[in-house]
Amino acid sequence: MPDPILEIRELHASAAGKEILRGMNLTIRAGEVHAIMGPNASGKSTLAYVLAGREGYEATAGTIRYEGKNLLIMPPEARAREGLFLAFQYPIEIPGMTTMQFLKAALNTIRKHRGLEELDAIDFLALVKERAQLLDVDADFLNRPVNAGFSGGEKKRNEILQMAFLDPKLAILDETDSGLDIDALKIVAGGVNALRGQDRAMLLITHYQRLLNFVVPDYVHVLLNGRIVQSGGKELALTVEERGYGWLEGPDARTSEEKAAP
Amino acid sequence: MAEGNGIRDLARYEYKYGFTTEIEAEAAPPGLNEDIIRLISAKKNEPSFMLEWRLKAYRHWLTMKEPQWANVHYLPIDYQAIVYYSAPKTERRPKSLAEVDPLLLATYGKLGIPLSEQEVLAGVAVDAVFDSVSVATTYKEHLAKLGIIFCAFSEAVQNHPELVQKYLGTVVPDSDNFFAALNSAVFSDGSFCYIPKGVRCPMELSTYFRINAPFIGQFERTLIIAEEGSYVSYLEGCTAPMRAEHQLHAAVVELIALDRAQIKYATVQNWYPGDSEGQGGIYNFVTKRGICAGVDSRISWTQVEVGSAITWKYPSVVLRGDNSIGEFYSVALTAHRQQADTGTKMIHLGRNTKSTIVSKGISAGYAQNTYRGLVKILKKATGCRNYTQCHSLLLGDRCGAHTFPSIEVQNASSRVEHEASTTKIGEDQIFYCRQRGLSAEDAVSLIVNGFCHEVFRELPMEFAVEAQKLLNVRLEGTVG
Repeated sequence: MPDPILEIRELHASAAGKEILRGMNLTIRAGEVHAIMGPNASGKSTLAYVLAGREGYEATAGTIRYEGKNLLIMPPEARAREGLFLAFQYPIEIPGMTTMQFLKAALNTIRKHRGLEELDAIDFLALVKERAQLLDVDADFLNRPVNAGFSGGEKKRNEILQMAFLDPKLAILDETDSGLDIDALKIVAGGVNALRGQDRAMLLITHYQRLLNFVVPDYVHVLLNGRIVQSGGKELALTVEERGYGWLEGPDARTSEEKAAP
Repeated sequence: MAEGNGIRDLARYEYKYGFTTEIEAEAAPPGLNEDIIRLISAKKNEPSFMLEWRLKAYRHWLTMKEPQWANVHYLPIDYQAIVYYSAPKTERRPKSLAEVDPLLLATYGKLGIPLSEQEVLAGVAVDAVFDSVSVATTYKEHLAKLGIIFCAFSEAVQNHPELVQKYLGTVVPDSDNFFAALNSAVFSDGSFCYIPKGVRCPMELSTYFRINAPFIGQFERTLIIAEEGSYVSYLEGCTAPMRAEHQLHAAVVELIALDRAQIKYATVQNWYPGDSEGQGGIYNFVTKRGICAGVDSRISWTQVEVGSAITWKYPSVVLRGDNSIGEFYSVALTAHRQQADTGTKMIHLGRNTKSTIVSKGISAGYAQNTYRGLVKILKKATGCRNYTQCHSLLLGDRCGAHTFPSIEVQNASSRVEHEASTTKIGEDQIFYCRQRGLSAEDAVSLIVNGFCHEVFRELPMEFAVEAQKLLNVRLEGTVG
């Protein structure tokens, strides 16, 4: 069995001073695709932001090891350079910088960190052509400022395009399926599937099972009130789809303290 | 958040031109009166028309009030506390670069402007103005062979009084505004440039302004005349030592383009901006105006304004010749406690005249940045066009961007377009970039350089690179 890429142990984390994650455990190894499902406010996005190192999301107890190193002391850009990628639920607009410029700067920073040569304009353009095809993206899209004026679908495609460029070891996709129509969902899922591989691990965070019809995970976990209350194979997602989250909220299902209270 | 450079923590930057030169200076006592003006005029050995012109401006200035309409705030300036003349003490005016005080050459070397003959900037002729006087001009003889006059203003008054008398004050009259009137009364030097008919100036002409002495106000005057069918590209740069008190810089620049002539005028203004709390820094109150006097003439202003505690300037073009073109490309960056109120005026008098305005304002820290512009198309100026693009970028949430565009069109055959936007770069954008592996500094620098690209490409290549670096340095420690 390969060494874990990500090991989360008894993680407690808070956002804006409020405890959201309450003793979470999760291990992800290279080549695995994990899905975390959960209702609103179960702590899904908090988990994504704690992993990426966003200000305002603070781990208060527990550990996160990334390739054996203490992730929590690394600044966000160091995590990214080490191969941790977050596809944002709400991609940010950056006026004044084209997607092309942004991709080139990010790619070369990461390549430099990995001891690779920086790509010149010509090699970069060749790579752009190749990867853009994967997501059915045209050049006009790349010459516009990052996400500025993009539709919801375009923004999500742009996230996966960036993932395809930056070649991460661990890709976290935060509700990448939300707000997509079926055609857009298929394109995005196709891109994600193309990026599955032996050396890469993925963590899909989602509210609905829909995405998992197209990107079939190896493991499914249900997050409720800041803890994983159930883990299983891909069929767990179907059970959740059918029965909702209610049946997992019983006192036996390791749920939170307040649910247990009368 | 994990440890790292949160965008609020980077609050240090260095103004690397803040040193002073210990050189013996000859200075007038502080204060302003007719005797001081007579003294300046006598120091310069000026013909009587110059003294008369100065005194007329001074008497007019006495009746004027300092403008209050600009969106900048400062304590009243005590005009009697300013030293109006200060010059490095020399036996006589140096005849050649070999005679220039080595201390002065060393000062400019340190500023990245080598003046000594062995290492002058290739392809750029420089006039170096130190406090109130021009101390050296390079490539002068080389240019003279083409009939180009490029020299200190005071030298032009001696050697070409007819040109000075003909053009001085024709674009910016001595009574134009409070600061221009003050400048007209007391200006002590500056650059003069004359391009004869049909000559394309083969090199960049450049003036480098340096304020050194304390309490001095620098009042220089630049006059550029491009005769029929000629071309010149001109660049000015400015720095000053770090001093705790504010210093006044009130310059006037006049450009005259005759038939089919073209003048490109670029400024990289990096006067000492004061410290991060707003202590010290230059008050940069400048009047710049060009006239497209002839048909098919063209004047373009490109400015990169990053220095000064307060900037008040509106490089403008009067489009008098039919089919003439006026352009204004501006990047104004204000950081920490800086304030800028800048923009342009395009006055269309001739038919089928065109103007383009591209203004990029960047504010960071607690700074305030104002764009103020006027596009005026007169009744007889038919078939004119203006395109204005005015974009503001806010870095963080404690700074401000303001725009006051004014458009007056008096005929129906002209077309005016105005485009404006304000965008904010905050923690979200920076985090997004950092998640992709970029440091906060690199992210800001990429965003800002992308934002300014359209203006930078108007600068001569090597200065565009300098300007980009300058912005990055100024933005260190300001974002958030």
